[in-house]
Amino acid sequence: MITIKLFGITREIAGSSTLTVAQPVANVGQLLALLHEQYPRLAELNSLMVAVNDEYATAETPVTASDEVALIPPVSGG
Amino acid sequence: MKKFLKITEESLDVAAITDLVADAAAGAINVFVGTVRSNTRGRAVVRLEFEAYESMALKEMDKICRQAGERWPVLAMAVYHRTGVLQVGDVPVVIAVSTPHREQGFAACQYAIDTLKQTVPIWKKEIFADGEEWVSAHP
Repeated sequence: MITIKLFGITREIAGSSTLTVAQPVANVGQLLALLHEQYPRLAELNSLMVAVNDEYATAETPVTASDEVALIPPVSGG
Repeated sequence: MKKFLKITEESLDVAAITDLVADAAAGAINVFVGTVRSNTRGRAVVRLEFEAYESMALKEMDKICRQAGERWPVLAMAVYHRTGVLQVGDVPVVIAVSTPHREQGFAACQYAIDTLKQTVPIWKKEIFADGEEWVSAHP
């Protein structure tokens, strides 16, 4: 099981500040594909990155249950 | 190079943050103060709400300082960002940089705020009289 932290608009789209994914996923790309199926509104965003253990990840980055995973919608600090 | 990084719900004290980067070898302290603007594309802003992924945001801020230090002779750098509800005129971000000469300070400070806006996981929602919007979320 992978727990995902959500921020900003992704938190509002999912209606929760965390999500759990029970299906086996090998990497970030597979995780994103699954989330896009469950939450089609994610596709409306300008961009959607994933962070694994506090670092920006690519589609090939592996994810396991022990990783800290977060969705990073377009940032807008400053 | 000394680094001072913080994400806080408390209001930011520009003078105190400026003092943090004081250095005997510095000929300049360059400070950027971001403020909450009263309107966006003609719509009146009621307030802003900021949230951060704090652990990652601090790491990304640290990278900005390190990269600035590789490009310019930065003596000390402070990057402070607020979260929570801010009103028009409030200060969400302060960046202070001390360098031997002023040109380096202007360049490093601009690099830091420009990069922060692109990479640091902090989000702001604009609350208007007639609606609300996560900034940059949608095309």
